[in-house]
Amino acid sequence: MNALIQFWSNLPLLLQTLIKGLAVILVIFPIGGACSLVERKVSAWMQGRPGPNRAIPFWFAWVPVLGPFLQKLGVFHLMADGGKMFLKEDPVPGHVNKFYFTIAPLVAMIPALTTVTAVPFGAYLDGAGQMVPVVLANLDVGILAVFAVSSLGVYALILAGWASNSKYPFLGGVRASAQLISYELSMTLSVLPVFLWVNAPGGSGSLSLFNVVQAQSGVWQGFSTDSLGGVWYVFLMPVSAIVFLVSLFAETNRLPFDMAEGEADLVGGFHTEYGSLKWGLFFVAEYAHMLVGSGVFVLLFLGGWNPLPWLPLFKLAGWLHLANLPIVLGLLSIAIFLGKTLFFIFVFMWVRWTVPRFRYDQVMKLGWQKLLPLAIGNLIVYAIGIAIHELQLGWLAWLALIAATIAAGWVALILPEKKATL
Amino acid sequence: MAYTVERKPLTLAERFYLPQILAGMKVTFVRIFRPPVTLQYPEERPAIPPGYRGVPTLVMDPNGREKCVSCQLCEFVCPPKAIRIQPGEIPPDAPTAHVERAPKTFDIDMLRCIYCGLCQEVCPEEAIFLQNQFSMVGYTRAEMVNNKAKLYELGGTLPDQHFKWDKKKTAEEHGNAH
Repeated sequence: MNALIQFWSNLPLLLQTLIKGLAVILVIFPIGGACSLVERKVSAWMQGRPGPNRAIPFWFAWVPVLGPFLQKLGVFHLMADGGKMFLKEDPVPGHVNKFYFTIAPLVAMIPALTTVTAVPFGAYLDGAGQMVPVVLANLDVGILAVFAVSSLGVYALILAGWASNSKYPFLGGVRASAQLISYELSMTLSVLPVFLWVNAPGGSGSLSLFNVVQAQSGVWQGFSTDSLGGVWYVFLMPVSAIVFLVSLFAETNRLPFDMAEGEADLVGGFHTEYGSLKWGLFFVAEYAHMLVGSGVFVLLFLGGWNPLPWLPLFKLAGWLHLANLPIVLGLLSIAIFLGKTLFFIFVFMWVRWTVPRFRYDQVMKLGWQKLLPLAIGNLIVYAIGIAIHELQLGWLAWLALIAATIAAGWVALILPEKKATL
Repeated sequence: MAYTVERKPLTLAERFYLPQILAGMKVTFVRIFRPPVTLQYPEERPAIPPGYRGVPTLVMDPNGREKCVSCQLCEFVCPPKAIRIQPGEIPPDAPTAHVERAPKTFDIDMLRCIYCGLCQEVCPEEAIFLQNQFSMVGYTRAEMVNNKAKLYELGGTLPDQHFKWDKKKTAEEHGNAH
């Protein structure tokens, strides 16, 4: 084991990074592919169907119990689907702009795989007892880098829609761009309270996602404000979490918001003219986006790789005597993080097969008239709240803030709805 | 007649929408653990209800004699003209010589048949029945035309209440022609 670590740290930095990057891609790509199968299976179960359960390689059918079980789970459909995608004829329609048509699926993949670099997936304790993140690049601008790169994803949709030179893909591309721009705002505003809370005033601030998780790994210290360090931010800032989650659905073009590919009114949306591997790339990119998006949600609001609130990873490592085994602890943390992330992927699917698609005007109304004011109000309330907490202005200030919040909420949310009864 | 549907004003929870989504998600989540309601088709076959109109077939009576007397009523009534019959004589030395006639050929083109059941309805001899088979497959158009042998193979034997031609034969033997 030590020889392996020695060999690893003697490799040139470029090679190390390359191998790490490839390893991450090799995890994300199959998960993206597997998600398509899970999606089919989950939808089938919710609709009272067995789902895909036919494909099996003939040599695997001889394995007694495992073979039929995996067949029933539809595992081999994954390979069948992938193989089909690779081997199929790749038609390029005559009326498209060939350069941009070809480049669009690649542009879809790039932000999906680039954002992963700034997302930490686990942590371990180094010799000095310090938490070290397992991440490709522990950027100080963490969340900003994720947002900046992931919003490039919309270019793929616009390029695909425009280059297809056909009405419905074009409409899909236009819708996608408008929608993504609308929800980008509330998404960014909704995470600001988290970073206001993480970065104590006066200190050197950081937008690193690792720091956010570190700030959520406190232990229980009795009923005092010190215990707030261990609470996950989904409990501390529920409105932020909800706004972020809803925006995430919109940003990843998932079902209640999949305006860009609304089958009912746009044939297939921006990828109508695509087939075989190019279409498959769009598909995997969507799932990779979902994966990164849920990863960021888990890091920001669900305590990252901490198993439970007030039970941070290093405490667990102490109990299990893993503190001196960085590799095992790292894998454990990755497993916890991935488990939470995959649960959120399931939530994405769950919502997709529950909620019908919004109308386009409803999407715009929700984004601009509901979520954006909510996110701004939430930011103001938390900014004032954090100021009261830091400056220790006392319970009277808290009372005033709560009263003001309720009053503002009444005026902004309840009153106009009452008037607008049709 | 036009009438007005009364729309109740939305409650607070309905206007916030999220509780409603959660309620829906509860429904779908419970559904995951219910057994599927579908049939694994080629292995499991649906139970065919009585009176089902499947592929039209020719049937024989319990004595194994073909019931069709090639009156061609079905051919005439068939709306898509899927049935083609060539009437034939029964040789006088056959044991069934007392029967009027028998079809020489009897073809039903299943690419034209619309499963309306008019042939069964019109048949005076109760010789043609739409039975339980619902899936017809073939690689060529010719394969999809059921000839007389195929029709009898599909039809088999059905119970007969009347034995009309047997009665006629005994009547003839007793000397009263009608």
